[in-house]
Amino acid sequence: MSELTANLRSNVSLARRAWGIRRKALQMGEVQGQGYVGQALGVADVLATSYFHALNLRADDPEWEGRDRFLLSIGHYAIALYAALIEAGVLPEDEIGTYGMDDSRMPMSGMASYTPGMEITGGSLGHGLGIAVGMALGLKAKGGDQFVYNLMSDGELGEGSTWEAVMSATQHRLSNLICIVDFNNQQADGPTRDALAVGAEAPKWEAFGWHAQEVDGNDLDALVAAFDGARNCPDAKPRVIICNTKMCKGVPFLEEREITHFVRVEPDEWTRALDILDEEVPA
Amino acid sequence: MTAAARARKYEPRRVPETKVATSAMIASLAAEGYDTVAAPFGHALVEAAKDDARIVGLTADLAKYTDLHVFAQAYPDRFYQMGMAEQLLMSAAAGMAHEGFIPFATTYSVFASRRAYDFICMAIAEENLPVKIVCGLPGLTTGYGPSHQATEDLAIFRGLPNLTILDPCDATDVTQMVPAMIAHDGPVYARLLRGKVPEVITRYRPSYQFELGRAQMIREGRDVLVVSSGIMTMRALDAAELLAKDGIDVAVLHCPTIKPLDTETILAEAGKGRLLVTAENHSEVGGLGEAVARSLLRAGVTPAFRQIALPDEFLEAGALPTLHDLYGLSTAKVAQQIRGWL
Repeated sequence: MSELTANLRSNVSLARRAWGIRRKALQMGEVQGQGYVGQALGVADVLATSYFHALNLRADDPEWEGRDRFLLSIGHYAIALYAALIEAGVLPEDEIGTYGMDDSRMPMSGMASYTPGMEITGGSLGHGLGIAVGMALGLKAKGGDQFVYNLMSDGELGEGSTWEAVMSATQHRLSNLICIVDFNNQQADGPTRDALAVGAEAPKWEAFGWHAQEVDGNDLDALVAAFDGARNCPDAKPRVIICNTKMCKGVPFLEEREITHFVRVEPDEWTRALDILDEEVPA
Repeated sequence: MTAAARARKYEPRRVPETKVATSAMIASLAAEGYDTVAAPFGHALVEAAKDDARIVGLTADLAKYTDLHVFAQAYPDRFYQMGMAEQLLMSAAAGMAHEGFIPFATTYSVFASRRAYDFICMAIAEENLPVKIVCGLPGLTTGYGPSHQATEDLAIFRGLPNLTILDPCDATDVTQMVPAMIAHDGPVYARLLRGKVPEVITRYRPSYQFELGRAQMIREGRDVLVVSSGIMTMRALDAAELLAKDGIDVAVLHCPTIKPLDTETILAEAGKGRLLVTAENHSEVGGLGEAVARSLLRAGVTPAFRQIALPDEFLEAGALPTLHDLYGLSTAKVAQQIRGWL
């Protein structure tokens, strides 16, 4: 483990990191008056656990060969990852105001050529896990012990290419691949279960030969245990952590909104949302 | 389905007196007397891989049919069978390129262009990764019908930024394009001639060397300029021999790189007052012919212009020699068309 990572971990609690990620995502949302803040608030605990517990990385050297790879398959979640990268010190905090602007390193959808720490260009769904398979094969061929993490959404389970990658990871015994599914049950037209229902999530992955865990994706202790379980699994299998998350988590008046794929936030509500977060700042 | 096609579906057929076997083998495209080379792509890749550990081979259940099995036998540890999953094939190749490898990914042209386009576009081309996509059965090289005939692959891929597109003519082109693809730091789509591939160009120009991005004059001629790619360069050269007997002198400019197009050479040759004919094993829409026409118009060079290409329709199934004759790609039909235009 690099010193830098160790420092990042020991500074403050994961709860404080998740709070920081939520706050920064809201600040960026306010800059543009929009953004996928519902997803960012929902996945903040997963990102905090990834970046401040699980991942081996160097904030000052995002392309360090020894790093664990973290792929954002869901390009529209970029606002969430930017918040995590700023929280981790990969991106400077004073660029928050550039979010989505001309010439910004933080465009509205995540692209590899724009942002340090952004491994792939996501956005067209169903790509990340396949690329992760190739990276995991490549790392194995090089004899590296790094993990490849792929963060995808439950909606991507509808893309056939995802299942090509699921089968291939088993075929190639990719024990260095950890897939994280953000299961918020929301896609553009409504609940995932009403669109192309996957159902029985963990048993389905297990049937495909994966080590599967299903956790409350907004419970940091459960997430830490699941990430440790995924990394330490002794079997030559790929691993998946299905994280059941709540859209807009942490801002109750937004959580209650009915349509939350692209949550509408009125101009005066950004401050209100930030104030609610600030009422209880974790240590 | 058109009304005519529907009517045809219910017409009983007679067993023909002369049987012509349907063939997917490229050797059947070679005229009598051409030497052939077995699996030139596979052998060239093995040769290149000797000194370059970055080279890996991936396929979607078509190693034997893209000559990648030669590489798989030589380097089993550097060969990855991805199964019948073309989207994954392209994504995984992108992932390996991210890790510093130069992946050669093989399938058929139809599956790469139609089925895996988004994955080639977003995972490979947008990031300008050095993935080499090498695909069998380009254009009309099988009688299996539209499921296997990639008559629109060039049209699909020409619109993709960063992607270099190759359409080799023969075994020399296929062998020499492999190191050129590796030397090029970016994604490449190459149409593959597999199996027993004829040696064509060196018969006409013994000193020929494939060069990425360059069109080369293979045969000089004062009456007609044929700008051709792929197997149509072979057809054009053979047709030029036939036409020479009628006193028609045909020049053949071989253009194995479709993108970026060697506009400079094409314009220089097009400005010499000859009838200009483009010849390609591809739909008349969006391939070499249209690429050349665009270059001519933009430069204000306007020779008499004709196009030899496949029609804008789904082609019939049947025996390949019959189909090449039907759709104007056979040597006799190429010669006949040129004669008719003079």
